[in-house]
Amino acid sequence: MSFLQVDNLVTRYGAITALQGVSLRVEEGEIVTLIGANGAGKTTLLRTLSGILRPATGAITFRGENITPWQTDRIVRAGIVQSPEGRLVFRGMSVRENLQLGAYTRRDRDEIAKDMGHVFELFPRLKERLNQSAGTLSGGEQQMLAIGRALMSRPKLLMLDEPSLGLAPLLVREIFRIVEEINREGVTVLLVEQNARQALAIAHRGYVLQTGQVVMEDTAAALAQNEVVRKAYLGG
Amino acid sequence: MKSAAAHTIHTMISWLLKAVWIAGTILVLLALQPLLQSGAIIDPYWFRILLLMGINVTLAVSLNLINGFCGQFSIAHAGFMAVGAYTSSYFTLHALYTPVRNLSFAQQATWMIGALLVGAVTAGIAGFIVGIPSLRLRGDYLAIATLGFGEIIRVAILNIEEVGGASGLSDIPPLSSFFWIWLIALMTIALSRNLLVSSHGRAVLAVREDEIAAEALGVPTTKYKVIVFAFSSALAGMAGVLAAHLDLSIYPSSFTFLRSIEIIVMVILGGLGSTTGAVLGAALVTLLPEGLRYVPAFTVRGYVVEMQAWRMVIYSLLLIVLMLTRPRGLLGGMEWSWHGLSRIGGRWFRGRPSDRNLPPEEQGEGDLL
Ligand SMILES: Nc1ncnc2c1ncn2[C@@H]1O[C@H](COP(=O)(O)OP(=O)(O)OP(=O)(O)O)[C@@H](O)[C@H]1O
Ligand SMILES: [Mg+2]
Repeated sequence: MSFLQVDNLVTRYGAITALQGVSLRVEEGEIVTLIGANGAGKTTLLRTLSGILRPATGAITFRGENITPWQTDRIVRAGIVQSPEGRLVFRGMSVRENLQLGAYTRRDRDEIAKDMGHVFELFPRLKERLNQSAGTLSGGEQQMLAIGRALMSRPKLLMLDEPSLGLAPLLVREIFRIVEEINREGVTVLLVEQNARQALAIAHRGYVLQTGQVVMEDTAAALAQNEVVRKAYLGG
Repeated sequence: MKSAAAHTIHTMISWLLKAVWIAGTILVLLALQPLLQSGAIIDPYWFRILLLMGINVTLAVSLNLINGFCGQFSIAHAGFMAVGAYTSSYFTLHALYTPVRNLSFAQQATWMIGALLVGAVTAGIAGFIVGIPSLRLRGDYLAIATLGFGEIIRVAILNIEEVGGASGLSDIPPLSSFFWIWLIALMTIALSRNLLVSSHGRAVLAVREDEIAAEALGVPTTKYKVIVFAFSSALAGMAGVLAAHLDLSIYPSSFTFLRSIEIIVMVILGGLGSTTGAVLGAALVTLLPEGLRYVPAFTVRGYVVEMQAWRMVIYSLLLIVLMLTRPRGLLGGMEWSWHGLSRIGGRWFRGRPSDRNLPPEEQGEGDLL
C-alpha cells in the first residue's frame, strides 16, 4: 500500500463532474507533480484530498487508513496539508499570526515555536517581516508565507497548489529550490503546477491531468522527454 | 522547567486581577445606580437615554461578533432579541408573584439573573437552529436568509395567543435597571475583546479573512460560524430581557427587521470589526433620534415634516455619506487601547514617525490612536 493512494475519485460541483475517476499514488519521500491545463481539475483534487470537498465516489487512503470521510482538521492532524492556490494568506493579519494559524491543529507550544524558527531558516525574509501585515508583503513573500504556514502544521505530505503562479522566474527558481529542501528534510510533496518544466525538473514522478482524468503517468524525466507533454505543456 | 511554576503564578495573578476588575466594576455600577436615578446628576430624561444606550451597546457589540469579526452578514438580531424578551417575560410573569418592590435586593438579583439566563439560553438555541442552515450561505444569500428567519420569529410570536399576539405582553415585573443594563453591556464588551485575543479569536478572524485558507489549515469554519452566531444571539436575547423588564410591555412590532437594521447601522457606523466602533455607533444611534427631537417640525407644501419620523431616511443618508467618505466606518476597524494611547503619547513626545505610510487599504485594523 502506498503512502497516499487515490482510487477512482469522482468529485462534482452540481452538474459539473470536475474529477472523473482519478487514481494516483504518492510514495513516502517523493516529490510527485501533477500537471494540467486550466480547468483540468487540479485544485479540485487537492481540495478533495484536504476534505474541503466531498467526493461522490472513490477512496483516499493515507498510510493505510481510509481518510475519505474525514473532516479537514483531522486530515491536517494526520499529516496532510495544502498551501492553497493564489497565495491565500490572511492579509489583515501579521506574518506571525499567519504562521500561528498554520499550527491551529497543534497544542505543543514549545514545538510550535521550534517549527516557527525552522520556517525562518527556510525563509529568512519572513523573519524580518514578522509583525508586518501579510497584505503588505510582495507576491513572492506571500507565497513563502503560504508555504511556511502550511509547514507549521508539521505535515508528512505537503500539497502545493501552483506555488509559482504569477512570480518572476528568479523567484520561481528560489521557491522550487526551497521545495526540494523541504523534501530532503523528509516531507513528501504533491506539487500541482502549470509551470511544467520546472516542476518536472525537481519531481521524481508526475501525472498529467486532463478534463478530470489522468491521461499520463511516468517518471518526471520520462515525462519531460515525452513528445505529447512537450507539445502541450512545455511549449514545443 | 523553570516556566511551569512561573506560569502557574502568572495565571493566578491574572485571575486575581480579573476578579478585582469584576468586583470593582460591580461596585462602581452599584454606587452609580442611586446617584444617577436620583436625578441629582442627570435628569430622568437623560437617565432613560443612558439605559437605552446600554441596551444598544449590548446589541451592537454582540452583532459585531458575527457581522464584524466573523464576516457573516446577518439581519436577524431583533428576532433573537424578541426571543429573549418574550421567553424571559413569560417566565417572570408566570413564576414571580410577589411585587418587585417587596423583594429584597438579593431576591431581585436572583430573579433578574434567572430571567437573563432564560432569555440567553432560548435566544442562543434559536440562533443555533437558525445558524446551521443559513451559515452555509454566503454574502447576500445569508443576509436574505437571516432577514427571513428574523421575520419568521416575529410572525410566529404574533400568532401565539399564549404570549398576547399583536397586543403583546404587559405588566412585566420591573426587574431591569441601570446596574443590570450596564453590567451586561460591559460584560459583552469584555467578552468580545477577550475573544479576539484568544487563539479562537484568531481562528474566527481567519474565517473572515479567507474561508478556504482557514479551512485548508484545519480550522473548522462552519463550527466557528455557528458557535459565534449562537453566542451573539444569546447576547441579543439578554438585551431583549433587559428591554422587556425596563419597558414592562412588549409587542411583536418592536422587533421588526427595521430594528435589526438599526443595529446594523450602529455597527457599520462605528466600523465593522471594531468593538470600540460598535460602542460608539450604539451611542450615536441612541442619541440621534433625541437630537432630532430638537429640530422643529416644518411644513413642505402643506405636509408637516417631523424629523423624528424620518429617522430611517436619515440613517440611510448618514450611511451613504459615510460609505463615500469613510468606507470602513468611523473607526475603520481600529480599537481603543491603553497600548495605543501610550504609543501616541510616545509619538507625540518623541516626534516619532507614524505608520501612516502604509497603503490605504492596509491602514486600520490596529489600535485606535
Ligand atoms: N466552485 C465551483 N463551482 C462550479 N464549478 C467549479 C467550481 N470550481 C471549479 N469548477 C470547475 O471544475 C473544473 C476544474 O476546476 P479546477 O479549479 O479544479 O481546475 P484547475 O486544474 O485547478 O485549474 P487552474 O489551473 O485554472 O487552477 C473546471 O471546469 C471549473 O470550471
Ligand atoms: Mg487550480
